[in-house]
Amino acid sequence: MATYQLNVNGQRREVNVDPSTPLLWVLREDLKMTGTKFGCGISACGACTIHVGGIATRSCIVPISHIGDRPIVTIEGIAQDSVGQAVQNAWVERDVVQCGYCQSGQIMSAVALLQSTTKPTDQNIEESMGGNLCRCGTYPRIREAIKTAAMQLAKGGE
Amino acid sequence: MRTPQFVLSLLFVVAGALWLRSSAGAEIPATPTTAQGLAAWEQVYSVLTSPRCINCHTATNYPQQGDDRHRHVANVVRGPEGKGVPGLNCAGCHQETNADSTGVPGGHNWHLAPLSMRWQDINDRALSSSAVCRAVTDRSKNNNLDGPGLLKHHEEEPLVKWAWNPGHRPDGSMRTPPPMTHEEFVAATRRWVDAGTPCPTR
Amino acid sequence: MISAIKSVELPEVNRRGFLRISFAAGTGLLVSLYLRPRSMLAQETPMPQAPPKVYPPDAFVNIRPDGKIVIQVNRLEFGQGVHTGLPLVLADEMDADWANVIAELAPAADVYKDPLFGIQMVGGSGSIAHSFKQYRELGAKTRAMLVAAAADRWQTTPDKCRTEASVVHGPSGQSATYAELASEAARKPAPANVTLKTPAEFRLVGKRIKRLDSPAKCNGSLKFGLDLDLPGMKVAVVAHPPVFGARVKSVDDAEARAIEGVTNVFEIPLAKGTGVAVVADKFWPAKQARSSLKIEWDLSGVEAADTTELWTRYRQLGRTPGTVAATRGDERAIERVAAKDRILVEYQFPFLAHSPMEPLNTTVRFFGDRAEVWAGSQFQTVDQMAVAEVLGLKPEQVTFHTEMAGGGFGRRAVADSHVQREAAAIAKRLRGTPVKLVWTREDDVQGGYYRPMHFHRVEIGVGPDGLPVAWRHVIVGQSITAGTVFESFVVKNGVDSTAVEGAADTHYNVPNFHVSVHHPKINVPVLWWRSVGHTHTAFVMETLVDELAARARMDPIEYRRQLLKPDAKKPLRTLDLLDKETASWRNKLPRGHALGISCHECFDTGVACAVDVSIENNRPKIHRATIAVDCGLAVNPLSVESQFQAGLSFGLTQLMAKGAITLKDGRVEQRNFDGYVPPYIIDAPVAVDVHIVPSTEAPTGCGEPPVPVISPAVVNALARLTGKRYRTLPLTSL
Repeated sequence: MATYQLNVNGQRREVNVDPSTPLLWVLREDLKMTGTKFGCGISACGACTIHVGGIATRSCIVPISHIGDRPIVTIEGIAQDSVGQAVQNAWVERDVVQCGYCQSGQIMSAVALLQSTTKPTDQNIEESMGGNLCRCGTYPRIREAIKTAAMQLAKGGE
Repeated sequence: MRTPQFVLSLLFVVAGALWLRSSAGAEIPATPTTAQGLAAWEQVYSVLTSPRCINCHTATNYPQQGDDRHRHVANVVRGPEGKGVPGLNCAGCHQETNADSTGVPGGHNWHLAPLSMRWQDINDRALSSSAVCRAVTDRSKNNNLDGPGLLKHHEEEPLVKWAWNPGHRPDGSMRTPPPMTHEEFVAATRRWVDAGTPCPTR
Repeated sequence: MISAIKSVELPEVNRRGFLRISFAAGTGLLVSLYLRPRSMLAQETPMPQAPPKVYPPDAFVNIRPDGKIVIQVNRLEFGQGVHTGLPLVLADEMDADWANVIAELAPAADVYKDPLFGIQMVGGSGSIAHSFKQYRELGAKTRAMLVAAAADRWQTTPDKCRTEASVVHGPSGQSATYAELASEAARKPAPANVTLKTPAEFRLVGKRIKRLDSPAKCNGSLKFGLDLDLPGMKVAVVAHPPVFGARVKSVDDAEARAIEGVTNVFEIPLAKGTGVAVVADKFWPAKQARSSLKIEWDLSGVEAADTTELWTRYRQLGRTPGTVAATRGDERAIERVAAKDRILVEYQFPFLAHSPMEPLNTTVRFFGDRAEVWAGSQFQTVDQMAVAEVLGLKPEQVTFHTEMAGGGFGRRAVADSHVQREAAAIAKRLRGTPVKLVWTREDDVQGGYYRPMHFHRVEIGVGPDGLPVAWRHVIVGQSITAGTVFESFVVKNGVDSTAVEGAADTHYNVPNFHVSVHHPKINVPVLWWRSVGHTHTAFVMETLVDELAARARMDPIEYRRQLLKPDAKKPLRTLDLLDKETASWRNKLPRGHALGISCHECFDTGVACAVDVSIENNRPKIHRATIAVDCGLAVNPLSVESQFQAGLSFGLTQLMAKGAITLKDGRVEQRNFDGYVPPYIIDAPVAVDVHIVPSTEAPTGCGEPPVPVISPAVVNALARLTGKRYRTLPLTSL
């Protein structure tokens, strides 16, 4: 067991866990933040996507011992970011979700895309979202929502 | 009869050289021959085309993984700088060091080798020894490295050295390292460099 | 999410169905009055008896003092949209203010049983189809009671009042909100008969209504079963046998027990065979501990299924006649057709895993004389009974909460309730402690309950006009319902209808038509996979019909029109609509693109599909899909559109290069999404436009109908590009 000081969604949090524990399970069980989901445990599906140090990261395969003081942003905190807000609004506006289980990860990946690419092409979308699995198949609506969010952000001049 | 002075000195030198040679064991103090250099290159080639190295020296827009060199999960792609794309950056999952509890390898600045350093064709088959040798020695493609530069790269580059500390797979087993030790790899590289980085013709 | 239900000793259900209001003490108490399943008391057969035909409004509608209207949904929400769909139906008839409607997933209780099937369930694309009228009546009855209360208050008559957005308006300008009227309305009897709205009066039905659960699913706040957290809760994982039905011989758990956080390791019975449960404070130590177990398995006495060997067996069976599933005309007519006019083809379909995004899980807490279960279950009645059985309780002693589920596709509707049984077996050993059983993705991929393997052998005799004159079809595949409580309903005269639906009952008009089936018994548990038999039969029918059309040099839409029976109304309507909606693009595709067509009806909904496909990186790239659907009245056209856009991608699971579960020497060869790879965004259609046939007929479902049409449409397009026909799935190479 070891104690870790974490920066989660702008707040200081402290946990005492086995160093090998993936960040996903620290978030879900020690911090009781269940918005980040468990889908596969081998980084193949993206349901566990969060941002660490500003980079989209699959939390199921990063042990807590590898995090350090890099800021962590999860689905619960992404609305603090204007791109995050635009994406979440677009997701609701375009009625993207079905079961919704993959969508935290989808949104976090989409935010990463739009934070770096203001006018994503279809290829940008396919590449950046290409590792986020949705068994329900909401992909066509995800594409639409990303384009909607991009337009909103362009309008807002942010 | 008086032995000429110079003959005595010569005998001394030759005797000394012979003694030195025998006491140094297998070391070849002289510059390796082209044949020796080519043999050393084959050793280097066997490492470069082993999974831990070749999996990131692809000709496609994706890396490979595993000893069977299958396409990397989650449709990750090369991106403009070989570092992935927003949302799927290599460094997003591959941290500074191996994550053995989850079976994900890690090393500093994890990324794909540039396409100029591809050692496979677009059908994921390893290129021939001569093709790889030509690519590796082409200074317009290899980041302008000369022989000593290549040696230093093999000796010190963290991602190269990672291949010999590749971490554990998710099932707990250790990933297969290249077919010789790092020291042997460096030694072979040195011999090849000393021979003038010869490449096989075919 | 349903708040914790207080378990209460229950009086008999009040048949007059009074509307209740809840006071400050929480929203859930209301439904506890309905938790005593009457029909479970007779235990002669495992199947429940006829459901109550009385659906008291107050079991479904709760008007809170703050004006919020809480509507109970009588089946699981797992993506299909019923959490919005049924409440909107009720709210429309009730004239409730939609902005104040909250939907909840009802716990297991008699009143929430499916009106047609008599158990609480979701499946067969029946949510709207079976409960449309039911929820309309509930809404109308509730409205009638509110109006009666208002009329009393104002000393007028109901016919002089009108309702709108949770307000009753009187004849002289009076008004009262539903919340204000609720307690008086509660004293009114629920009317036996009500007048329902005419379609012109609908305010919500037929409109594009956004999902109620969307915001919470976009901000991480919505809790799924796997997210449940209870005080004192433990997490359990189970080591399952590597071959189905095998048993534990010995366990070395020393390393496992040494892991910090691990509290128990013990053997448990499974639905078949035995396994080892590991219980810990949290998931990670439980998983680590399970990995460290050294288990010796007793593999004796269980068949070690092997895919290669099974194909040999299936092929042999398929080349002999089976049990007759459908026959008309002369079974031997095919033999009199000249060889040049005969086609003989064989198809192979592998096992498929459902792999919903949320891994299976169930939480159980056993108190000795009662228990509580939390599960995203498609089969609450069945699962409740199973938990009761394991715990030695009566079903009414088990409170069963329905959690939101991350997908299901049939995987959460299992006759043997095997996951719930595992959880109950563990909870039984840990009396008083809530135990959350978690299946990892490896458990899921390797855990069985697959869409069965199927082999088809079809002989077709083609007539002079290019239409088939004879069709002899043998299907080989396990019976999904054999050995389950559903067998007697589904297996008739030796034929499990779920294996032949879509072929045996085809709408195509072939004079000499013969379908027979073999149901081998294999040691691999199998289950319905979204659209069930249609997953393979539609592929066979629609690729063969396409081939015949090409042979006859006829347009594939026109060929189908000619071949369909005249009374195949829905397929014909969808073909007409598809023709119209694709007119602008289907004959103008760029080079390297091809058109693929399919048309299939299932679960009473007709669908026609057109795709624009090219080949990129040796895979089909679907640039566009156009769908024409006849689902009767589209209750929520937005939901219909979503179901089809998304359902096509689910259907494409069948074409993925690594979209097969295979077994070698009894062991499943795939482990996770690295070995069993479902469609990602690059595999999905880029754009899907959905067109609904205007209709006022009774609504039919859209959950499964999208699935069967996409794979044949895509391979029909590929056939035009490569000249090859694809008869073995998955598509590993083009």
